[in-house]
This record gives sequence, C-alpha cells and structure tokens, in this order.
Amino acid sequence: MKRIGVLALQGAFVEHIASLERIGVEAMPVRLPGQLDGVEGLILPGGESTTIGKLMVIYGFDKCLGGLVLEGMPVYGTCAGMILLAREVEGTNQPLLGLMNLAVKRNAFGRQVDSFELNLAIPVLGEQPFHAVFIRAPAVRSFGPEVCVLATLPGGEAVAARQGNMLVTAFHPELTSDTRVHEYFVRMT
Amino acid sequence: MEKGTWELKKGLAQMLKGGVIMDVVTPEHARIAEEAGACAVMALERVPADIRADGGVARMSDPGLIESIMAAVSIPVMAKCRIGHFVEAQVLEAIGIDYIDESEVLTPADESHHVWKHDFKVPFVCGCRDLGEALRRIAEGAAMIRTKGEAGTGNIVEAVRHMRTVMDAMRKIKNMPLDELMAEAKALGAPLELVQGIHQTGKMPVVNFAAGGVATPADAALMMQLGADGVFVGSGVFKSSDPATRARAIVKAVTHYQDPKIIAEVSKGLGDAMKGLEIGSIRREELLATRGW
Repeated sequence: MKRIGVLALQGAFVEHIASLERIGVEAMPVRLPGQLDGVEGLILPGGESTTIGKLMVIYGFDKCLGGLVLEGMPVYGTCAGMILLAREVEGTNQPLLGLMNLAVKRNAFGRQVDSFELNLAIPVLGEQPFHAVFIRAPAVRSFGPEVCVLATLPGGEAVAARQGNMLVTAFHPELTSDTRVHEYFVRMT
Repeated sequence: MEKGTWELKKGLAQMLKGGVIMDVVTPEHARIAEEAGACAVMALERVPADIRADGGVARMSDPGLIESIMAAVSIPVMAKCRIGHFVEAQVLEAIGIDYIDESEVLTPADESHHVWKHDFKVPFVCGCRDLGEALRRIAEGAAMIRTKGEAGTGNIVEAVRHMRTVMDAMRKIKNMPLDELMAEAKALGAPLELVQGIHQTGKMPVVNFAAGGVATPADAALMMQLGADGVFVGSGVFKSSDPATRARAIVKAVTHYQDPKIIAEVSKGLGDAMKGLEIGSIRREELLATRGW
C-alpha cells in the first residue's frame, strides 16, 4: 500500500487523509520533517498560507522539502498549498517554498462572500466535470513553460496545474466525495 | 456558479482548523496576530476582559474600525454581532466580513431568538455550553461552533466544562440504539436529524473550536486534546505582558498539541499571562456564558 503524508501544521489535513483512505492509500499527518521518512508523496492542504508558511520555516520544512521534491517526491498543494509551492505571490513577502514556476494571487476572487462552487472541466480526469469548491481561493496569474495548466475557469483563470512531480489546485477536492484528483496524484507517486 | 452555499460556509471553518483565531482591537494588533501565525482575527473595539471591566451595553464594533482591520491583513477577519441582532449581522455582511460571531460577549439584543443565519451568505459561528445548544445553532444556520467558556477571565475551567459536556454527549449518542435517539433529541432540545447524524458519524456536523479562557500554550493544547478543532484566544494574547511572543507560542502549541516537549519549549519565557478571574468571584448575572439558550 502506498504511503502519502499530509502536512498537518494547520488547515484541512484531516479531510485529505480521509480522501486518501477512501481510495485505499495509507495516509499520515506530518508535523515535523522527521515524519517524512518513508512517505512516497506529500499533500500540502488548504488552510491559511501565512500560518502554514511560518510554521514550515520554524520547523525546517523549507530546508528539506526542496531537496525531496527535486529527488522526485511528488507533492500536491491545495489552495494554501498551491500558494506555498508558487515561486511568487502578488503583493506579499510571506514565506514560500517557491518550487513551482507559478505566480499566484491570493484571494484572487475576493473575500468569503465571493467564495463559490461550480462544475469544472478537467480533461485529464475524464469527461465528467469536477464539482470544484473555491474558498477565498488563489488563482494562477502567470506560469513558466514547464507548467501544464489542467483546468481554467470560464473567465480564463488557471486553477489547476502540473509541473513534473508537482500538482496544484486552487479548489478543494478534499471537501467533496469525488476522489479523482487524489487518484490522479497517487498515480504520480 | 453558486455562492453563499452551506458547503462554502462550512468549508471556510474547515480551513481554519488546527489554528488560532485571535481577538484584535486595532490594525496594529491584527498585524501582530497575522505575523505570529493566527489563522484569522476577530475584529472588535474591546477585548472581553475590558468589556467585562467596563460594564454597560456591549454592541457591534464601529464598521470603520472593522474595515481598517480587514485592510491591514490578508487572513480572514471575523466580527461579532449581538445575539439576535440580525441588523448588526446585515451590516457586517454588507462590509464583506468573512465570518460573523453571534456572540454572548456582547449584550444580547433578543432574549428569545437567535439570528436566522440561513438568510445570510456570510457564515456564522456561535457559542455553546452543551450539545443541544450547538445543534440548535447549527439548525439556525451556524456553519461553525465554539464552546463558550467564560470570556475575558483567562480561566480555562468553563471552556473545559463545555468541551467535555459536548464531547460526552456525542460519545453517548454514538453508542445509543436507534430507538433511543428521539428521546435524546427531545432531552437535548435539538433536531432529530442532527442527532441521527452524530449517531452515524460520532462527530459534530461542523467545525468546533474552543473559546473563553485560553491564556497559555498549555491551555490551548488542553482544549485540542479534549477534542477542539482549533482555538479562539480573546483577551489572553493582548492582555499579557508580551503579546507577540505569547501569540507565537500558542500557535505552535495548537499545531503540536500532542507533543509535550514542544509545548514545554514554547512555554518558556513568555512573561506574565493575563491576570485572570476566579469564576466564583463573578456575580451570577455577570456571567457571559449563560446568555443565549
């Protein structure tokens, strides 16, 4: 059975663990870098990116994750996780891992009253649209040539992307019962 | 595209889990809280300890102050309306607040009815002392619950009582035979469907934070170990001698609530915690937790 870690510093990590368990994957919370041993992939969950980013630096994840991802460990960032993986975030100097060639904007659609859900076409997951939940969500503003955009909103904003062994979504598949994004990620491991 | 759905309201609270929501009274406080790693801030004119000391009627804060706090930070901003004061809630929704706390810390506007929260696009958090109260608020549309504790005291005893009461009631329902759920719903004064849901899942249908009396990292970790999804710190940060250091320590203690070595480490050299109040020294009619039903 595959073992996937879910960064458990703050945010909706329990939901990701539940989604992984539903598809028969062993999932474990990761609170300290030492707990990454034996993990075949890592999910950076939704939550507050400033909170998670600060705790990542305090406990040394910023030092070790870059190397692990370069060596090939797949990583999937949801919402706050997407922000943390990006190279650049508009208008802030919060701590980032900066591993993916993306520039993102936080709260790109506005505050909570502008949060939304809709059916999103994600061709790599098949024809059936994915019911995507966006909560104070970020969006991709620009990206490098090595980044492959997997889904865009009707307005043109990129909201799911892949660069080699790194996957990001601005929405929250862990809040729905559709496990196709998690299955896609597990196939990357 | 849909907005203001139950999933979105509940979902934002899920993103706050494992985090600390701090009371702030100025944009400067808000920046200190964000810098310390708060996952959200509660914007208000006075922290509960001052509301308690000042007496008089406590109302929704000046929307201008709340907006200045919203402009100062990138994390979600919450604000309080009085129990049952749906126009204060409308005002908070109109300025684009991220979450409304229908709070017993303010003087209630209605002694019989809470706000019908389903009418709003903005999500609400409400306080509870027991499971029945939590489920009544959820039925009215609260997308997040917090145990009340006794705000502004720096004394964790009521928060512990309320969290244990809620958790005990859920464990009991989980283990009940189906034919006893109706009587339990009647006893709790809670909708049967929500009681049935707890019987199936063993869990509250929305996120449940602890509040009211958290003053130290160990207090915060205590509430997490008792089953809280996260922690509100009201007066505990900005009524202490070194708010920034204490705030950072409480954030770390909530993440590592199961790791006593880390809690010990972060508890060193924090300076003085807020002085605090013995619950028995508070006159009965001045208790905040008994407001609302």
